[in-house]
Amino acid sequence: MLKVDRIQVGIVLDHIRAGNGLRIFEELGLAGREYPVALLMNVPSTKMGRKDMIKVSGALDLDLTKLALLDAGITVNYIEGGQVVRKVKPGLPERVVGLIRCKNPRCITSTESYSPSIFILVDREEKRYKCFYCGEYVRV
Amino acid sequence: MIWEGKKAPTLEGRHFIDALDFSPAEYDALFSLAERIKSAPAEFSSACSGKVMATLFYEPSTRTRLSFEAAMLRLGGKVLTVADPRTSSVAKGESLADTIRTVGNYADLIVLRHPKEGAAKLAALYSPVPLINGGDGAREHPTQTLTDLFTIVTYKGRLENITVAFCGDLRYGRTVHSLIKALARYPGTRFILISPEELRLPDHVKEEVLALRKDVEFHETTRMEEGLEGADVLYMTRIQKERFFNEEDYLKLRDAYVLTSEKLKLAEEDLIVMHPLPRVTEISYEVDEDKRAVYFQQARLGMFVRMALIARLLGVA
Ligand SMILES: [Zn+2]
Repeated sequence: MLKVDRIQVGIVLDHIRAGNGLRIFEELGLAGREYPVALLMNVPSTKMGRKDMIKVSGALDLDLTKLALLDAGITVNYIEGGQVVRKVKPGLPERVVGLIRCKNPRCITSTESYSPSIFILVDREEKRYKCFYCGEYVRV
Repeated sequence: MIWEGKKAPTLEGRHFIDALDFSPAEYDALFSLAERIKSAPAEFSSACSGKVMATLFYEPSTRTRLSFEAAMLRLGGKVLTVADPRTSSVAKGESLADTIRTVGNYADLIVLRHPKEGAAKLAALYSPVPLINGGDGAREHPTQTLTDLFTIVTYKGRLENITVAFCGDLRYGRTVHSLIKALARYPGTRFILISPEELRLPDHVKEEVLALRKDVEFHETTRMEEGLEGADVLYMTRIQKERFFNEEDYLKLRDAYVLTSEKLKLAEEDLIVMHPLPRVTEISYEVDEDKRAVYFQQARLGMFVRMALIARLLGVA
């Protein structure tokens, strides 16, 4: 397996669904950072077969909401002094503002572009959200 | 009841966007006011004097607009009408949010009608004054629901333990979806759903209803004759041509769901027949003479209940 140095301080995103890593890498804007960042794809995993991973050194303020929407199965490991100090499985938020676009062409948000998109969680298991404005359902 | 220093719950300053925005208790209070206005209109003829209501209609609906304007005028208030905001100077190229904020400077209350779904919810986020949804896209038309509920209360004296038969287009009819959800909040409601296979009530509406109350009963049928039995209320809707691929299917189905005097013989003597209007061919004109036909009175009751709504949102009654 590819060798990537251990991180002293930073974050490791583990259990990313294989093939989803690049998208998350881009969505989190990691390419613009000055500290070392590693994106590992197709890492063998006993649990998942294959998975992607992202390692980010240096402190990072993560938007867990956004992360949960991008990949609900993800594990976030916070690293300090070379050790994992905290593991977080971000859950789906009750209310998501500005991240999901309503696909209903008749929705008011399709023409009034300044309006913040607002989605309300209706079914956690099914990962189903409802547009606050028009009521359209969307699965994330 | 004693409200220990707190103000009694009130509708003053609130918006009315979705039929479920008000609780059944708030509806009850609103209907008693509407009843008082109906029996003694003169007592309320200057309740809104000095108040201005703006009607902002982004799509034409003369019927709805007239009902609101008549309601405000009968309360002694004034009406500002923006008949077509898309072409008027108020809103040329202006966002809905900005138009609402501007109009909110001139009026004490705004009625909005808009073709896009969720428009009223967006507008309410920006409105400095109470906003009433006069219909937004195919989703909501809550004052129609208010009218329908008030009609049932007026004729049946209750909203509990009612069997309501809906007939026609139950798939796309927004007045049907909204009324079903509102009625589901009362105990003992039974629904009879009469429609062609193609226009059945969507599953998502049923799910929403069952989420409100688990024991709601649905009885579905494609035969109108079967559905009329045992109903307290028959709610007729129009079957629209646009919903069908070919003319033949449309004509066949349309004619199968026409209410005639002959069919009405199967129904209870104290049934009431409702319709949101306009009617096309789904109710024969002969039925208008039947004492059970209440659809024209329904429109009149709609004006009284809108008067009550306006008065309450403005805090004048
Ligand atoms: Zn929407």
